[in-house]
Amino acid sequence: MGELRLMKGNEALAEAAIRAGCDAYFGYPITPQSEVLEYLSREAEARTGMVVLQAESEIASINMIYGAAGAGKRAMTSSSGPGLSLMQEGISYIAAAELPCLIVNVSRGGPGLGTIQPSQGDYFQAVKGGGHGDYKLIVLAPSSVQEMADFVRLGFDLADKYRNPVLILTDGAIGQMIEKVELFEQLPKGGTYQKPWATTGKTKNRERNIITSLHIDPKEMEKINLRLQAKYREIEEKEVRYETVKLEDAEYVLTAFGLGARICKKVVELGREKGYKIGLIRPITLFPFPKKLFADIAPKIKGILDVELNAGQMVEDVKLSVEGKTRVEFYGRMGGIIPTPEEILEHFEKIFLKGE
Amino acid sequence: MDETIVKTEEQEFLEEEICVAENLVYRRPKTLTDLDLHYCPGCGHGVVHRLLMEVIEEMDIQDKVIGVAPVGCAVFAYNYMNIDMQEAAHGRATAVATGIVRVLPDKLVFTYQGDGDLAAIGTAETLHTCNRGENILIVFINNAVYGMTSGQMAPTTLPGMVTTTSPFGRDVNKMGYPLKMTDLVAQLPGTYYVTRQAVNNAGNVRKTKKAIQKAFQYLQQKKGTCFIEVVSNCPSNWKMTPVESNKFVEEKLIPFYPLGDLKSPKEETK
Ligand SMILES: Cc1ncc(C[n+]2csc(CCOP(=O)(O)OP(=O)(O)O)c2C)c(N)n1
Ligand code: SF4
Repeated sequence: MGELRLMKGNEALAEAAIRAGCDAYFGYPITPQSEVLEYLSREAEARTGMVVLQAESEIASINMIYGAAGAGKRAMTSSSGPGLSLMQEGISYIAAAELPCLIVNVSRGGPGLGTIQPSQGDYFQAVKGGGHGDYKLIVLAPSSVQEMADFVRLGFDLADKYRNPVLILTDGAIGQMIEKVELFEQLPKGGTYQKPWATTGKTKNRERNIITSLHIDPKEMEKINLRLQAKYREIEEKEVRYETVKLEDAEYVLTAFGLGARICKKVVELGREKGYKIGLIRPITLFPFPKKLFADIAPKIKGILDVELNAGQMVEDVKLSVEGKTRVEFYGRMGGIIPTPEEILEHFEKIFLKGE
Repeated sequence: MDETIVKTEEQEFLEEEICVAENLVYRRPKTLTDLDLHYCPGCGHGVVHRLLMEVIEEMDIQDKVIGVAPVGCAVFAYNYMNIDMQEAAHGRATAVATGIVRVLPDKLVFTYQGDGDLAAIGTAETLHTCNRGENILIVFINNAVYGMTSGQMAPTTLPGMVTTTSPFGRDVNKMGYPLKMTDLVAQLPGTYYVTRQAVNNAGNVRKTKKAIQKAFQYLQQKKGTCFIEVVSNCPSNWKMTPVESNKFVEEKLIPFYPLGDLKSPKEETK
């Protein structure tokens, strides 16, 4: 059993970065995730020699990640909505140059400067691109402090395995809540993946290494796009992760990710007490999305209620996955409001049981 | 008839054996690849590429150096420079270089950037990298226009200078004043060596090379940020011949951007 601690989500994430052998963190303060930079500034260098640098902006931090990841190191940044918006050009370059790295969005309510209260309004930005061009991030959505820690390690491994940026999409509530967490052991710094492509200085016995996303010849550019798409298809095939609750006999299925799913677990409990046959699907990877699970279950159930802390974003992927084979309804709150289990259940009863 | 003359000359040439090591005035450094440069004839980019690669070869530091290419005419610098390189987003070269040098502190990292890249879109990164004193060399090619996007006004365009976006000449009241980034960064405690050079004639080319040599030595000693502005040209977008453009550099640009060290290490000035 690993070390047990009571920790804030953001601190568990930062601690996990040190333990996962992260070489460098670059970031800029923004609520609700400034604890990550603060914790690392206190702890990291003395323990593993990890580089921790407060950048002048999120634009600078994402481009520092580009440099450090291109040099073959485990590099990471974290921010919240407005900061992520600033990073989008850099993220597109990183995805195009196939640099493994970890990006964390502890999201807050938007649009604009919005609110510092939790929200899931950045789903589209995380999952559908956000930056320019046809690229995909691997997106992990933790729903507990434990997963805040575990997904850092998983994220770095997936990033290295596929040479692809990984994004942890979480929110201010999970970042700020305090829970018990079992920490994994200290791993070797930098991880164990070979990176012969990294720019470490051209030695006599190899050709020079170049990190770039520029391919002026459209034939060449299309070839690279096809290669990227093939990689994304492989990720869709092999890396789908989800959790289900009481799905076996479910007539109705709730679906939600991250914080929303935490709340929906309670809804399932309350509903079952009232005798409703409801279950839950919690996508853990938002890309790759558990399309097949939804497609398989759709003909067997009476309907899906998708619950999000936004105006309805993941629900589009649910609808695409079920291809009209079951009814899909949506319930969401925005702007930093967190729905209660009771209000979600009431909504469920209204639309599915009372047919309102 | 002509042919025989040519042959005779060639024979003479060989007979005199001037192609011997002690007579060698130019050789392509091995740190440059065999590719033909895509730069326009007479453009300063090619000259500075060669100087950088000559210094790297002469100092035998090819395995230590990592370059960062900009977005601008020199975006393909990595095609010519036979060293490990990263291509940065427009303006972000010094942030990328920071990322590299922070995780590989024993490497010699340089950026190569134009005036739009370094002094407009990348101003914040440039100032903060210099202010942190990152141990990198910044090579700043100031040709007073946006070359790659075909001749728009740059932050360094001279007052009154005609470009495609200042078609009646740069009106400083509406378009602001030329930004002297080199003077700015010389004020920052993080910079160690700040100099402004040119490549418009052989003498200046030699001085620029000397500056590059010094900068790499300072990087080896981990002295902090070295910043070399090269007052350069853009014959194509200035709509001049290479010779005219070098004259323009001499008569117009250099008086506005005077050459010489703006900050030189104490041990040098003693
Ligand atoms: C974010 C972004 N904005 C604009 C551009 C278009 N762009 C490419 S190069 C360039 C200016 C290059 O000028 P400079 O840095 O002076 O270099 P030069 O070409 O003169 O060497 C611009 C505006 C871009 N590639 N990316
Ligand atoms: S456009 Fe100007 S800066 Fe670019 S290669 Fe041609 S002459 Fe040089």
